[in-house]
Amino acid sequence: MMMTILFIVIGVVLLLAALLAVHMKSLLGAIIAVGVVSLFVSILFLILGAPDVAMTEAAIGAGLSTVIFLFALSRTAGRDSDDD
Amino acid sequence: MIKRVLILAVLVFFLILFLSRVAGIDTPAQLTGVGAGYVDRSVGELNSPNVVTAVVVTYRGIDTLGEVSVLFLAAAAISLLLGSTGKKNGKGGAKEKRSASEILTTGADILVPVIMLFGVYIFLNGHLSPGGGFQGGAVVASAVLLLFLAYPGFRLRHGILAALESLSGTAYVVIAVLGLILASGFLDSRLLPLGETGRIISAGTIPLVYTLIGLKVGTELAGIIDSLGGDR
Repeated sequence: MMMTILFIVIGVVLLLAALLAVHMKSLLGAIIAVGVVSLFVSILFLILGAPDVAMTEAAIGAGLSTVIFLFALSRTAGRDSDDD
Repeated sequence: MIKRVLILAVLVFFLILFLSRVAGIDTPAQLTGVGAGYVDRSVGELNSPNVVTAVVVTYRGIDTLGEVSVLFLAAAAISLLLGSTGKKNGKGGAKEKRSASEILTTGADILVPVIMLFGVYIFLNGHLSPGGGFQGGAVVASAVLLLFLAYPGFRLRHGILAALESLSGTAYVVIAVLGLILASGFLDSRLLPLGETGRIISAGTIPLVYTLIGLKVGTELAGIIDSLGGDR
């Protein structure tokens, strides 16, 4: 029961963060939202008993790829998109 | 309008496809087939309490070699495209880089050695506890990343990095081929004595291979960060 609630909470957060990542106006915010998705997915992996995968997801997904996106954003002059 | 209808139709098609697949799945109560084989045999054959490691490094070792090569290709392409064009934009260096806040530099000074040590622990202990070369390498690279954030002027020595990376890659392949010659197959980890279960020096070549992978992944990711964040 406890686990089910936890899964539902994580799932809802995942969906919200993913939607935010797609719809947010600011690119910086979208990148952070993608990082949040990775972080919560890694928590989910940990609960489901895959600590190896969770470690990779946390280090690569939430850590490195977020920062690489940020670097890319800053190298492309850091403009937010005007349309959509 | 017709475009939207088409998109919706395609989405519904995929939804039906997925639902029809998902509906048939029920979690099996026990492992079957090759999975059961791995779990039964990995401790006895390879002396590696962490079954995932035994699968990744030995039974499916050639996949890991492929992954390492893919990462190597990606790192090579990035440094080719963005890499150290270095000294030629020397006048661009006149643009003063904003130094990081004191909180960040102090925090980095304390945390970087700890994170680095943790990464090394993850890949050295890969055969005993969750984790392994890729995870450890990524953690080591994130320590380097913290250094970059705290000290914007920080540069890596590319010569040492490249030498370490190619040495560990070569050693990995040499160990793999030695397994073919001296043990029973490519990447067979029973090249070295299996030792006592649970010791750090046990499970044949697994700790050695994971250390090499950890070094290689760490240096590659650090190189990617360097060429992305470097000389603007």
